Amino acid sequence: MIRARALSKRFGTRVALAGLDLDVPRGGFLLVTGRNGSGKTTLLRLLAGLAAPTGGALEVATERARVGFLAHEPLLYRQLTAVENLDLYARLYRVAERRERIGMLLERFDLWDARHDPVGTFSRGMLQRLALCRTLLHEPELLLLDEPFNALDVEGATLLDRELEAARGERTLVVATHDPDRLAVPATARLRLA
Amino acid sequence: MSYVGDVAALARKDLLLELRGRETVPAMVVFAVGALVVFRFALPGEQSEAAKGLLWVAILFTALLALTRAFAAERDQGLLDALVLAPCDRSAIWLAKAVATIAFLVLVEVFALAAFWLFFGGLGVAALAAVALADVGLCAAGVLLAAMAVGGRARELLLPVLFLPVALPVLVGGVGATVTDDPARYLGFLALYDAVFAILAWAGFEYVVTE
Repeated sequence: MIRARALSKRFGTRVALAGLDLDVPRGGFLLVTGRNGSGKTTLLRLLAGLAAPTGGALEVATERARVGFLAHEPLLYRQLTAVENLDLYARLYRVAERRERIGMLLERFDLWDARHDPVGTFSRGMLQRLALCRTLLHEPELLLLDEPFNALDVEGATLLDRELEAARGERTLVVATHDPDRLAVPATARLRLA
Repeated sequence: MSYVGDVAALARKDLLLELRGRETVPAMVVFAVGALVVFRFALPGEQSEAAKGLLWVAILFTALLALTRAFAAERDQGLLDALVLAPCDRSAIWLAKAVATIAFLVLVEVFALAAFWLFFGGLGVAALAAVALADVGLCAAGVLLAAMAVGGRARELLLPVLFLPVALPVLVGGVGATVTDDPARYLGFLALYDAVFAILAWAGFEYVVTE
């Protein structure tokens, strides 16, 4: 599913990633750890196709429509409601029966009652839950999660663990975190970035 | 969903954002009408020919104001990544932004042209056609440049620096169509400008928003 050889990324003179080799099979679960600034986010952006490598080779065997990316930012329009945000992405990702899918996700992440509220009024934890809904909306084959436990309370973290457990083996997972102890689901491979 | 459906969904989003925030259009109206008021007092006596030229200056800078805000939501909230990641054709993002920006500009011009009529007298059909053609060209080229500027460090400075030279032909065509007795060739020039920049922006947008 993912194959990288001598992968590197520079931003001007700063080296974000250098000489990285990586193999993640379809259905695998790669846990990426490392301190702040070690290149976790850069790696995920490369895998998502949002950035291009400056060296080496990277092959991600899935189409853009099948990638789900949870970034640092929730990637939601603050002035729009939860439903309007998810409806926009559902249209762009051609989600079948989008209203049912949106309703199901909002209920699953306990956001149904806030569905018509502007996202700008959400707490950080609610934003992260809605960002997870956006990421899972189109049932991606490859899930890239950057610090997914950020701002989640215990209940939110349990919901996320449940999603990861359900996805494990069926989807390819890459989770980047500086706090791997919060993850209840065991990964099939680990990568520690220095 | 088709390409048109993607454009409609994205343009609808931009119109909704403006409807909720009411940040860009009111500022544009105040700026455009305010500029015409200034011109009214700056031009002594009957100077309707000169005023027609200044109307185009007002339109140009009002368009620049709209373009400065075109990617504000995406820039502030990192949302361009989400749009680029979506499986729709990237040119749909450009087209939707251009459609929304044209809608804002047309709305503002209703007020601006009414103010112009009040201060300086009415405009002919050719001038109104030139305004419509100019809107398309300014927004087609301007949205591409706004997307280029949004990733830059000095983005507030970069857009005017890029936009004004590119928009200069629109000023020439617009003023020409407004003040001459034979506006056809100027309208043709504006239509050609629209076509060239629409094709360039449509084809080039993907390379602007991706690494």
